[in-house]
Parts: sequence; C-alpha cells; structure tokens
Amino acid sequence: MKQKGRYGQFGGFYVPEVLIPALEEIEAGFEQYCSTPQFLEELDTLSRTYAGRPTPLYHAKRFSEHVGFQVHVKREDLLHGGAHKVNNVLGQGLLAKYMGKKKIIAETGAGQHGLATAMAGALFGMETKIFMGSVDVARQNVNVHKMKLCGAEVISVSGGTCTLKDAINDALRYWTGHIDDTFYLFGTAGGPHPFPMIVRHFQTPIGIEARQQCFEQIGRLPDKVVACVGGGSNAIGIFSAFINDPDVELIGVEGGGKGVDTDEHCATLVKGSVGVLHGAQTYLLQDENGQIHETECISAGLDYPGVGPEHAYLKDSGRAAYTAVTDEQVLDVFELFTHSEGIIPALESSHALAWLVSQKGKLSKDTVVVVNLSGRGDKDVSIVEQHRPML
Amino acid sequence: MGIYQDLFCGLNRAALIPFFVIGDPDEETSFQLIKTAIDAGADVLELGIPFSDPVADGPTIQKADIRAMKAGMTPKKALALIKRITDYRPIPIGLLVYYNLVYQYGIERFFSAFKQVGGTSVLVADLSIDDAEEIAPAAEAAGLETVFMVTPNTTDDRIQKIAKYTTGFIYTVSLLGTTGQRSGLSDLVEPLIERLKSLTEKPICVGFGISTAKHAKDIAQAGADGVIIGSRIITFIEDNLGDTDTMKKQLKNYIQEVAKEIARP
Repeated sequence: MKQKGRYGQFGGFYVPEVLIPALEEIEAGFEQYCSTPQFLEELDTLSRTYAGRPTPLYHAKRFSEHVGFQVHVKREDLLHGGAHKVNNVLGQGLLAKYMGKKKIIAETGAGQHGLATAMAGALFGMETKIFMGSVDVARQNVNVHKMKLCGAEVISVSGGTCTLKDAINDALRYWTGHIDDTFYLFGTAGGPHPFPMIVRHFQTPIGIEARQQCFEQIGRLPDKVVACVGGGSNAIGIFSAFINDPDVELIGVEGGGKGVDTDEHCATLVKGSVGVLHGAQTYLLQDENGQIHETECISAGLDYPGVGPEHAYLKDSGRAAYTAVTDEQVLDVFELFTHSEGIIPALESSHALAWLVSQKGKLSKDTVVVVNLSGRGDKDVSIVEQHRPML
Repeated sequence: MGIYQDLFCGLNRAALIPFFVIGDPDEETSFQLIKTAIDAGADVLELGIPFSDPVADGPTIQKADIRAMKAGMTPKKALALIKRITDYRPIPIGLLVYYNLVYQYGIERFFSAFKQVGGTSVLVADLSIDDAEEIAPAAEAAGLETVFMVTPNTTDDRIQKIAKYTTGFIYTVSLLGTTGQRSGLSDLVEPLIERLKSLTEKPICVGFGISTAKHAKDIAQAGADGVIIGSRIITFIEDNLGDTDTMKKQLKNYIQEVAKEIARP
C-alpha cells in the first residue's frame, strides 16, 4: 500500500493478508484513473444526467419558524435512488469499470447503498451481489425488491446480529475468495484504507455545492453544519468542504435508539471506545474483552457498531462534535418535518433534524444551520406506521 | 533456533497441527478434546480465541466461535485453559487471534500472559506485515515467536518482508478465501510452497481448506514443515454436540489416520 490511510491514530488497513493485494489494486486504480480528464468528464456527466446533481439547498421556512433559527436543507434526498449513496456508487462503479472489473459486490444496511449499487450494476452492465443482514432484509423489503428489479442478487446474511456489520463480514469473506474479478464497492467512509479516502472523495460534492450555495443564497457561511452519522459517508461529504472554515461548527448526530444510557443504541462516537473492526482503528461499541456489541436503532442505515475513522479523528481533535438523539425524537421530527415542509425525510436524516429540534430556544433567530437531508423517507413509511399508527 | 524450528528438524514427518477454537463447545469439553488430540499424536496446537466478527473464517469456525462465546469463553478464561493444557503436557501452542481482542487486553500485557501460561507464538489474523511493528517488539519482549500469513497472491517482495519478521513459522494459506473444508486441494498451494522455499528458509506450515488425510499427505510431500487442520476437526464437534465420547473417538481416529499418511517413508 502506498499510503497508510491514517487519520491521526485512526484508520489503517487491518485485514487478512489475502485482501492486501486487492486493496492495493484499488488504491492504485484510484490514483491512476480518478483524476484523469476522461474519468472526471464521464463522472460529471453521470452525476448531472443520471443522478441529478447539483442538488438544491432549500430554506425550510416553516420548520425554521418552529425551531426558531434558519434551517437550510441540502436536498440529497432528491437524487436518483433517493439518497446520497448514488454519488459514491457512480464514482466507485466507474472506477471498477476503468479497472476492468466485471463484477461488483456491496454490503447494505437500510438498503440505500445496496439499491444504489444495484443501479450502478445495471448502469455499467456488471454482475452485482448485495450482502444484507436478514433482519434488514425483513425491515427494508421494498428496497430488496428494487435491487432485484435492477438485476442484483440479494444475499441474506444470517450470521451474528443479522445486520450491517454481519453483511460487511460476509461481503469481506466473499471478496476474499473472488478478488480476481470482483470489485468491493464499499458503502461508507469506513473499513480499510483506501475506502474511507475514496468514499469521502466521491461524497465531497455535497459539501462543495452546499458551501457555494450558502454564499449565493445567504451571502455567508453557515454557523453550523449538521448531518447524521452511521458509518459517516454523508456527514464526511458535507463536513469536508467546511473543515477549514474554523467558525463553522460541525455536528454529527448518531442513533441514540432507546437512549444512550441503555444497551439499545448505535451511538458509537458518543458511547464507544477505540478498537479495530472491519479493517480500521476507530471507535466501536464493544464489551471489555473487545467483542463487538449488538446495536439497536430505528434506522437500519445507522445501525452499525463502528464509524468511519476520519470521524473518530474529528471527534478527538475537537473539530467536530458528536451527539445522539433517541428513536422517539426521530419519530417526532419525521412527522413534524413532513407536516411542515411536505418533504418526507429518511429516518437516518431525521436524526440530524431531531437534533435541530433539541436546539429550539437555544439559538438566535438569525443563526444559519445547514442540515444534510441525506435521503428520502419513502422507504421508512411502513416502519413509522408501526410505531405511530395513523388513526 | 526457535522452538518450532527445533521441533520440525527433529520430526520424521511434517508436523501435525490441529486447530481448535478455545472453549468450543464449552470449556470442559474443549479441554477434553484438546487432550485427546495431544494423546493421538498432535505435534503443535493452533488455538483461536473466539471473536464476534471473524472475517478470515468460513461458516464452520464462525459457528465454533459463537458456541464458545455463548458458553462464556473470554480471553482471560482462554489463557487459563491454555495453562491447563500445558500443565497436562508441554506442547508448542500457536495462538490465532483477531486484533481487537489483543488490543483491548493490552498488547504487551496479553503477550506476556500468554507466554506465562506456556504459549509459543502469536498470529494476528487481521494484522498484516505492514503493521508488524505494532506487535513484533511486544512479542519479542514477551519471548514469543511470531507467525504471519502468506497467501497465494502475496508478492515476492512481501514474502521477503514477512520472512524477515517471522521468528516462528510462515502460516501458508493454501487458497484464496476463508477457512473451511474443500473437496480438493487448491492448485495454488504447491507453486506457493515452491515459491516460498526459493525465497526463505523459515519453516512453512500450510492451512485453510485441508480436509482429508490425502490433502495433508500431498501438502507434506510438497515440502511443508507442518499441516494445519481446522474446520475438518471442528466438524467432529459440530456433528456430535452433546456427545463428547463420539467427538473424542472421531477426533482420535482422524488424527491417527493423518499422522500415518504424512509419515515419511
């Protein structure tokens, strides 16, 4: 490997020897192709004409009135597939194509990355396998069906806790046996180097656009940028453009589940400790022996006991702050935001919105907060219905 | 010379190295089975501490990890069980462990505790040679030998680096994939053994996918110093849960059969 893939002490590539050549190949491919004019032009065309970039920054006035400060929403929910995940799969899918790979695999939690990868598989004409925990298959069956319609094979993973971490385990195991012809299209800015670097790279348009739009529409930088954090790809995508703006506060919101003082949450940065999982040194939810905890969260996309290593670094360096909101807060804001704006937010993104509600009365009226609405909530309607039946 | 090198030189055949997940299916049965393997002719033991997310392992060892963890096995208890084993019979013990377990215990503290209970070597499954500095000095300080993996896709340059850091043996992975039984031997393994022999004089033990006595014999004939058998052995546990006597009987027969096959004429 040419680079160490470190963010402070975090990151690295802690994988069995057999995967090292595959990671080296991706690192080299990224370096060789991703900044060439041809690649950039092809990605730019796809981003505009297939995914729907740039996405608007929308001033959510009625929601702003409710919380008492100015909320501007980065509309990643409007992208093809319904979430920011398409940014990453177009980039990595194109990279796979340039590298001559014919098959792609991916893990998925909520199904958004799985669906995005299935779309990319169809788009680039590649055989696609999606690994998904059996619990997630059950709670996100609409996305499973969509993936299959795109021609992907969905492999239900029943090991361990049957959620995202086990899907990653099985995808890594499968990759170990198929590295010659298969590209692992990693879904979040985590895992072994070079994935955190690559996923961050392909998600940076979120932040670059949002920063530009702030100047155009508001005439200044925002005071705060807020995003939900599971593995952390949408958050690093929007944070990255503001990291060197010291006056802009960066706030990541994790899944507090039934409360961070219970055992049922996935607030890794808020409650976790440092360890090594899925190729990276980072914060983890684990017991005193280093066995990884089961996590619990209403949103499958955040239900992961680790977090991307750059977030671990941003936490320890103090550049970003991380907090958590509970499932109940998330359900409240899901209803509130939909009702006040006519926009159904994904349960993942609702975590970021819920934090805004928690700041009601604490921020001045002219405070500008940019929130990354990373995905739309159509996929979550039946889950919300189960918790909050409409009478 | 190291403990392994001494042993391999003195044997009239490739070393027979069964792998067990410590505490599978429970602490006491695990001890009984390991004793059986020693009595039946195992030369070295390769032992794994169960982990919640064993990415290098196929389904058989994953299930063994889960059984052992459910029965309450922890790194501390694993060390105590190793002590019981070495008290029963001094035998070289290589530990195969995932990094997070060592990391949480404290690398130096863990290595020194493992040495104290009679351990011989450590292999961290998800730590590559690029990060060897994180464990090699601590292993040396504790008086442990180091074992690193080589796979069929490891380049010559890396093999040389791995050989440099290896003070025990090179854990040679016979195939591209995870642990688990296979019907045939990978056609990648013989060229790999040949390549290793041209690059290093460090001992070579081969594992992953070695299921039958015939596989073991072929590996031994290809020039390996040791043969590591994991998933096949664990199926004796998986197939006979609740019936320790049958587990022991099948294990004993199998080890004796392999020992006979790999004996040099």
